[in-house]
Amino acid sequence: MSNLLRRGSRPTDALRFPQRENHRTRAAIATFLKYLSLVLAVVAVLVPLVAVFLTSFKTREEYLTTGPLDPPENWFNFENYGIAFTQGNMLLGFANTGIVLIVSLAGTVLIGSMTAYAIDRFDFKLKKVVIALFLLATLVPGVTTQVATFQIVVGLELYDSYAAPIALFLGTDIISIYIFVQFMQSIPKDVDEAAMLDGANKFTIFWRIILPLLKPAIATVVIIKGIAIYNEFYIPFLYLPSEELSMISTALFRFTGPFGSQWEVISAGTLIVIIPTFIAFILLQRFIYSGLTQGATK
Amino acid sequence: MSQMTGTTGGAPPTAGTPLEREARSSRTLKKHRRITPYLFLIAPLALLITFTFVPAANLIWYSFTDWDGIDLEKEFVGLENYIEIFTEPEVFRVFFVSLYYIGASFLQMGIALYFATILSFNTRFRNFFKGVLFFPYLINGVAIGLVFLYLYQPDGTLDSLLKAVGLESATTAWLGDPDAVNVSLAATSVWRYTGLNFVLFLGAIQSIPNQLYEAADLDGASKWQQFRFIIAPGIKRIISLSFILAISGSLAVFEIPFIMTGGANGSSTFVIQTIQSAFQFRQVGFASAMAVVLLLIVLIVTFIQRKLVPDDEVNLT
Repeated sequence: MSNLLRRGSRPTDALRFPQRENHRTRAAIATFLKYLSLVLAVVAVLVPLVAVFLTSFKTREEYLTTGPLDPPENWFNFENYGIAFTQGNMLLGFANTGIVLIVSLAGTVLIGSMTAYAIDRFDFKLKKVVIALFLLATLVPGVTTQVATFQIVVGLELYDSYAAPIALFLGTDIISIYIFVQFMQSIPKDVDEAAMLDGANKFTIFWRIILPLLKPAIATVVIIKGIAIYNEFYIPFLYLPSEELSMISTALFRFTGPFGSQWEVISAGTLIVIIPTFIAFILLQRFIYSGLTQGATK
Repeated sequence: MSQMTGTTGGAPPTAGTPLEREARSSRTLKKHRRITPYLFLIAPLALLITFTFVPAANLIWYSFTDWDGIDLEKEFVGLENYIEIFTEPEVFRVFFVSLYYIGASFLQMGIALYFATILSFNTRFRNFFKGVLFFPYLINGVAIGLVFLYLYQPDGTLDSLLKAVGLESATTAWLGDPDAVNVSLAATSVWRYTGLNFVLFLGAIQSIPNQLYEAADLDGASKWQQFRFIIAPGIKRIISLSFILAISGSLAVFEIPFIMTGGANGSSTFVIQTIQSAFQFRQVGFASAMAVVLLLIVLIVTFIQRKLVPDDEVNLT
């Protein structure tokens, strides 16, 4: 007790008051442990990726004779990347993913913003029912209903065509609707009214005024949805069995077959898929974080 | 969720009392309100119904039949499929596999919460650490599967790391040994999803007003006390949401085990079995019953969560 009182009056005299010394070392240990834990986490995240990165530059022989964490002899050995690209159908995968991505994103933005516009700006009889339908749909995990969705896709003759993933990406996307509704609520209704006084009808208001004002929300949706589509696996796997319709995920998944144990080629293919994500992440970090907190918390 | 309603305000004031404004806007809206909203909703509702509600309804109907997916005839078999699910030990096993993923997701939330807490205070290279922890969540699932297949290979990355630190005895056939396979796969899942939890927690913690910490500092509260009395209550809602996502996510695990082991060595999950029954063994009726069971469990878990932590803010308007 007396120690505490005196400490206030002579703060620098650490030696005579071991408690203070104690406090300082404890703080130092805490800081050390904090950074240690962060470094360990970084190692845990990076080691699996680094091993694949190193392997992608190795020759067949090097792969067989060196350990997974040994550096490659020649850092500019891009042979594996060449093989992965040409024999692994990666280019085709990127092209197909690009087509599906662009159409799905345009559709998602249009459909999501139209839904949000109808829900936020109109009062209509079935509004509560419509909202309930969209809410209810969030509770149904997509992967569980695929058994039945599959029959519908086959019935509509969309199976094994670009239309199948596009329709599914458009039809099951509730999160973008949430993001649009949330953003639209922040656009004052007076904007609509002013336009209406100028003689604009609802469609002109939507197309000319609301949609351009939604730009930030559109950017969020495009980023979040774009990443999700790029990474999607089971939809292309189930609905696009043809090899010439491979998307990037299924093209890479096929590597496990023909390349079997050729890990230097598989590693290169894996990195070819990861690198675009990495670049997008570096460029768009801030938007990705904020988009996710908006999207995932619904 | 709190973000959902957070941006609602901000409409600039216009002339007239709120009541007058309300009356005026409802008058102008009235003219078009009959069909216009429905025109905007045709496409979204058509897609929603075709690809979510019709399949869900069909699923229930198929689950009472022995349909193989091709036959025009679907014979009604009553509860037979459901009885099989709960009596066939091979099928029931997958629930135990889920336990690994549930355990892993709790671990994952703990790790995410720890790093979210320390990184919301002053830390050097904060953005670097944040980026590294989060990045795995963005990586393609197939790429993650291959990266970890390589990591777990005999004499692969993990084995050589263990050897380097003298733990050679700890090495095992990570994906070949039925005792280790689910732990290995669940660990992969932790690696993949911790970043998402981390970013969600971080966002929630940063929305807590700074003054609270300052006041606590003045009162001499320790970091632990600050966590216990300011942070934990402040992010209760997002933690509760993460719990439900963790449980329903753990039951619906598919990608990682499917890509890495194809469900071999006792690593099959509910969704893998469902999809295999439907598409490999052509037991669509049986697979549908499995999907319905999974759907019901997810709905029950969600319902319990909503009851325990009522959340009125989940609302579209």
